[in-house]
Amino acid sequence: MYRYDEFDAKFVNERTAQFRDQANRRLKGELTEDEFRPLRLMNGLYLQLHAYMLRVAIPYGTLSGAQMRQLAYIAEKWDKGYGHFTTRQNIQYNWIKLEDAADILQALADVEMHAIQTSGNCIRNVTTDHWAGAAVDELADPRPVGELIRQWSSLHPEFSYLPRKFKFAITGAPHDRAAVKVHDIGLRLHKNAAGDLGWEVLVGGGQGRTPLVAVTVREFLPQNELVAYLEAIMRVYNLYGRRDNKYKARIKILVHELGAEKFRAEVEAEYAKHPAQQTQVEEAELARIAKYFALPSFEKLSRFAPHFEDAKLSTPEFARWARNNLAAHQVDGYTIVNISLKPEGGIPGDASAEQMRVMARLAERYSHNELRVSHAQNIVLPHVRLEDAFEVWKALKEADLATANYGLAGDIIACPGLDYCSLATARSIPVAQAISRKFADLDKQQDYGPLKINISGCINACGHHHVGHIGILGLDKKGEEYYQITLGGSSSEHASIGTILGPGFAADEVPDAIETILNTYVKLRHSGEDFLSAYRRVGPKPFKEALYAAA
Amino acid sequence: MSTIEKGQVMTANRLGDGLVVFLNRAGNWSEKIDEATLALEPQAAAALEALAAQDVKANYVTGTYLFDAERVDGRIKASHIRERIRTLGPTIRVDLGKQAEGKAGAFAAEEA
Repeated sequence: MYRYDEFDAKFVNERTAQFRDQANRRLKGELTEDEFRPLRLMNGLYLQLHAYMLRVAIPYGTLSGAQMRQLAYIAEKWDKGYGHFTTRQNIQYNWIKLEDAADILQALADVEMHAIQTSGNCIRNVTTDHWAGAAVDELADPRPVGELIRQWSSLHPEFSYLPRKFKFAITGAPHDRAAVKVHDIGLRLHKNAAGDLGWEVLVGGGQGRTPLVAVTVREFLPQNELVAYLEAIMRVYNLYGRRDNKYKARIKILVHELGAEKFRAEVEAEYAKHPAQQTQVEEAELARIAKYFALPSFEKLSRFAPHFEDAKLSTPEFARWARNNLAAHQVDGYTIVNISLKPEGGIPGDASAEQMRVMARLAERYSHNELRVSHAQNIVLPHVRLEDAFEVWKALKEADLATANYGLAGDIIACPGLDYCSLATARSIPVAQAISRKFADLDKQQDYGPLKINISGCINACGHHHVGHIGILGLDKKGEEYYQITLGGSSSEHASIGTILGPGFAADEVPDAIETILNTYVKLRHSGEDFLSAYRRVGPKPFKEALYAAA
Repeated sequence: MSTIEKGQVMTANRLGDGLVVFLNRAGNWSEKIDEATLALEPQAAAALEALAAQDVKANYVTGTYLFDAERVDGRIKASHIRERIRTLGPTIRVDLGKQAEGKAGAFAAEEA
């Protein structure tokens, strides 16, 4: 089970004490807001629409039962009884008081958690595949490398004042569930003909107001060269990245302004200056880190699980959930349980303290004490015995956590939007709720097949609308909210940025527009063809015609 | 026919708890928009700004700004939906925020 090490424990406790002092000085008036703002942001504390918001880091989305319980405790003691799991595999609390913030950070430190580098122009919390260590297609668990990057980059003096924020995503599987091509740096593991593992290094992806797919700067980098090579990339960015214009400061702009070839040449030149031997990661150090992610000792089980099969026959509702929400595990007799935080008409990513405790208990009892937060704002129990799946489902159902819509139309990503966020231009959550209600019928959702509907309440794209198969962007037109629809986005290994279909819609028109799009797809799809494949075959034209014909 | 007065309201977040507050002429901050002063003239708005600046210095509030509003039937209505949401709380959780605590403004954010 992941734990941070003794260096982190000391550091996090010191940082919490330091923040307590800073917050007290601010409250007493010894620090101005301008002085204090960067200090609170370094500790994940934002000022939002209704109150302060605290963003807590969940490295690699990995949590123990005790940590999830502590998140529940914080929600109850210092917030309003719930939290919001985000597209960065983090959790946010919406109603935090500055007066309480240091106590909350201490409560987090007590379970080896913190809110460091969840904000600011530094290397942010590294994200990975939420099925890491369990996925059947995985070459290797990507989290040790994520941890290596975290340890290397945390408070790295050279990379603490970058031109802009910087996000890493890592996948150890060929099927990319971590959206590595739309991050500042994406790492993707490959195996060559000789059977050796190496990392493809992708740079310059991103969403926001300038969505771009990353370019590959190295096809196959040996693992022990990784840190040295990443350092070379960061140096080139630190030197050439623009600091005059916030909107052009991300590395994606640099990569695409220089061109992939020139950028690659700059990186290689920088890399050549510093012989890799000097910064090569020692095998022993990697092995030490990898130990933190040691897989649980799985039982030797049969692939056939009679109780599981019986339960599916006797309980169709369970069978449907098993079909949609379970994923194949790399060990026989085990399964990956995907808990949808998207109940019909619910708020994507929100969980009550009580629900957090239910999930913590299930993790402790049935999933080797492990939970994951996915970037699609769901929770994963990564290591559940198939024979226990029915018990898990019954407990989830009681807690309103057994919605069988994982990966379907109802499994919508939505940022907090104008209901909470001071940057938002429109609300996201009510639109997600309306769509969720419109497609409440699970038979219909299954017929539509795999679908990613992603909604952002402003151009910053926290709701990943650019890479939704159907993306929805909320904007403000003379004080009215309206919504632009894009089609054909994807964050997979075949990543693409969605295309804007045409003029936007009022909020109450959006669910019908989505239905028109889906009905158009149903009419033109080939047998077994999913939405994205169909769109890629036919392009936007038939969808545009269907949507705007009546106008 | 009711008369509509257009003006500006001074708002901020309270430093200690971050909650949304509005300023009245006496220099007091209220969680209720209906207790705010609607500045009808530029001079009145400037006076609110001066009061607000004092309270920023006194570390009572942070993030002060004026927003457009009007008085409708004696209640204050923020012109923009963003400010109306700030006078209420999240529209998707009407059990939370000012709207749940008897501190709400009178004007809902329209259905999204």
